[in-house]
Amino acid sequence: MPAETNDSTIRTSIKPQALALGFYASMKRLWRRISEPIIESCIRLSGLVVVIFVFLIFLFLLRDSLSLFRHYPLTQFLFGHKWLPISDPPQFGVIPLLFGSVLVTLWAVLICVPLGVGSAMFIAEVAPKAIKNVLKSFVEILAAIPSVVLGFLGIIWLGPVLRDTFHLSTGMCGLTGSLLLAFMALPTIISISEDALTGVPRTYREAAYGLGATRWQTLWRVILPSASSGIVAAVMLGIGRVVGETMVVLMVTGNAPAIPTSILQPLRTLTATIAGEMGETVGGSEHYYALFAVGLVLFVITFIINFVADLFLRRARK
Amino acid sequence: MVNEPIIQTFGLNCYFGSSQALKNVNIEIARNEILGIIGPANSGKTTFLRALNRLNYLQRSYSQTGEILLGGQDIRTINDNLLRKKIGIIFALPQVLPVSIFDNVAYGPKVHGISGKETVTRIVEEGLKRAYLWEEVKDRLQEPAVRLSGGQQQRLCIARTLAVEPEVILYDEPCSGLDPISTAKVEDAMQQLKADYTQILVTNNTKQASRVSERCAFFLMGDLVEIGPTQDLFTHPQDTRTDDYITGRFG
Amino acid sequence: MNEARLKQNIAFTVLGALTLLIVIPILLVILYVAINGAGAITWGFLTEAPRNGMKAGGIFPAIVGTILLVIGTMLFSLPLGVLSAIYLVEYASDNLFTRMIKLSVVNLSGIPSIVYGLFGFTAFVILLHFGTSILAGSLTLAIMSLPVIITASKEALESVPFSYREISLSLGATRWQTVRYCVLPYAIPGILTGTVLSLSRAAGETAPILFTVAAFYLPRLPRGAFDQVMALPYHLYVISTQVPNIPLSLSFATALVLIAIVFLMNLVSIILRAHYRKKRLW
Repeated sequence: MPAETNDSTIRTSIKPQALALGFYASMKRLWRRISEPIIESCIRLSGLVVVIFVFLIFLFLLRDSLSLFRHYPLTQFLFGHKWLPISDPPQFGVIPLLFGSVLVTLWAVLICVPLGVGSAMFIAEVAPKAIKNVLKSFVEILAAIPSVVLGFLGIIWLGPVLRDTFHLSTGMCGLTGSLLLAFMALPTIISISEDALTGVPRTYREAAYGLGATRWQTLWRVILPSASSGIVAAVMLGIGRVVGETMVVLMVTGNAPAIPTSILQPLRTLTATIAGEMGETVGGSEHYYALFAVGLVLFVITFIINFVADLFLRRARK
Repeated sequence: MVNEPIIQTFGLNCYFGSSQALKNVNIEIARNEILGIIGPANSGKTTFLRALNRLNYLQRSYSQTGEILLGGQDIRTINDNLLRKKIGIIFALPQVLPVSIFDNVAYGPKVHGISGKETVTRIVEEGLKRAYLWEEVKDRLQEPAVRLSGGQQQRLCIARTLAVEPEVILYDEPCSGLDPISTAKVEDAMQQLKADYTQILVTNNTKQASRVSERCAFFLMGDLVEIGPTQDLFTHPQDTRTDDYITGRFG
Repeated sequence: MNEARLKQNIAFTVLGALTLLIVIPILLVILYVAINGAGAITWGFLTEAPRNGMKAGGIFPAIVGTILLVIGTMLFSLPLGVLSAIYLVEYASDNLFTRMIKLSVVNLSGIPSIVYGLFGFTAFVILLHFGTSILAGSLTLAIMSLPVIITASKEALESVPFSYREISLSLGATRWQTVRYCVLPYAIPGILTGTVLSLSRAAGETAPILFTVAAFYLPRLPRGAFDQVMALPYHLYVISTQVPNIPLSLSFATALVLIAIVFLMNLVSIILRAHYRKKRLW
């Protein structure tokens, strides 16, 4: 009757070679018994690591931001109208930068949401299968283009074009940035919206067709509304992408940290400020800490956007 | 009830979330017997089976109260890996790993630390022979197991279970997808294994239960209604519900 | 043609036009860079070091630098990402802690790249005294790449049939043995695909390496992990904005090389995905 203890082995007859083999086998078993808990601890720790990183990033930003607020009032930072880090005394008001980010984002969203959701609808519902795959490949290609290349093209081509079209003094303005940013956010919006649209249950479509609706009517009145949570999430994630983009705005929106009155003027975003001025600061100076404070503002904004977008995505999945 | 039972349960209640799958099951299972478990769908037969080797815990909503003893020892005090080695299970649909026939059977010994090419080869061969599969596959042990027929795959599952030297073998409707010939081969294997293993067979097929098992237990909606020698259960059931099920008034 | 049909045709045409409005610029961008840059791509350009303050010579050190950063990123992010995914799929139960982890992954993926740069600077360059180095840059890029790798690995692990795990566990294997023998080997294609994709993005990133590793004019190659290095994205940024009088064709050529490398990596990922989909065992 085969009833064994924990270390069951089939016992070969006891010869010296067998003894040696047995020793080797028990060493292997011992190793297995030690190594497994170690590996499993590593795995459990790895789960923790992501959470730790988010906390660490927040903590580091907070720490260096607080160094600013020891001497520079928080209200002046949050509500000040002037960002003049090298004047004497320096002024670190984020409002111009905030306005810059908001304005550029607004215009980018105006452009990329209709384009993105519209194409998502086309790809998901209208395009025949062969074309659908080609289009999706194009979207993947767009997602792969590095932001610095788009910034480069903004300087070389788009900026001058806009300058000539609108008779501006310089093509390095908010609109150039918005156009490029819209382009960059498109893959996010398109792929998540497309997922949301194709995720609508077939029964909804069939019910609509059964009632005599055309494909367009079904799309507009049935599919789009029921995919709305997912599409909202897609737009929010696109917005998050735009707000967080650095290189494009750094390269093409000009360098004017003043409150912009029009999209056709140069402006400065939160991201570009950090990237552009970090090289000029001295470690430990107020300016240095101020840039971290700007980073903290960015972190909080994108945290909120992503949190809300995730809520919508969860709702969409139900 | 039973002399020196190998498995005993006391007050076993099983829950998936808030719905109760088994109610207060008290049962004793003798060594080397073949116990049949019959009953309509959703009566808790599979839940009972999987409670014995704690496979129910793979579902995150599962909880249970009551005791289960294996050889007199509470199975909560036995390491899961050891418990599942001692109590093997054959699932309803043949499930094989996407590797060769040999590697499927050799997997069990491997994870329990048995090495050495000769030893493992011998174990694989023994397992396949006792499952009545050796003759059909001995020349193609390195072929992918997915190429076997349903009946062969099911016998492969028996072979791989045997390869880890269990004490108890659980069968969860093992022949439900098989043709009569394969079914007969599986049942033959069960009879041959009787000498060395305790076997518990859950089946929807009352005829199979009466062919194969010595004692039979009837489950209905989570209750263990009746248990007794198979022939007695089928000819003079004590409970009207058992009688109704067996005579086919519901099924 | 009835009114509903007419409306549909108009609507679909508008949608198609919107899509075209996206597709055409993509094509134009690629062609524009390719046409203007191809001329300057000579073997010398690719293999020589820059000369004359970047006005002549090649971008070889930048290419090497980018490759080194990609390798470094992979070394740090792949093991960590895969292990985290294994935890989430195979070990985690449905509790608050797990929700926190998933939320953290989402958050990490939304943090602006420049914020990563700030973190990398203060944590790796300053606090850990790595200085601006390949090490600091790789670590920063690795944290940035984690969410993508974790998500891709999670999907790959979840797509392995549950029956494999059930078989293994029912034979008495431990959870780790089950993962190692019956799950991980079959998830590797998906993990690989996601990793290559994530690395292709890391290759094109500029903001995280601005203060953590990148140098502009380093004619000689790095000698160790603590050295600074040139990198293609940073290089393109600097010659577009801060260095006057560089022949435009060189800038286009740099952009073209960068795009080519990134696209190549993307292509590898797509090919891997298609190849393994055919070979799938279930």
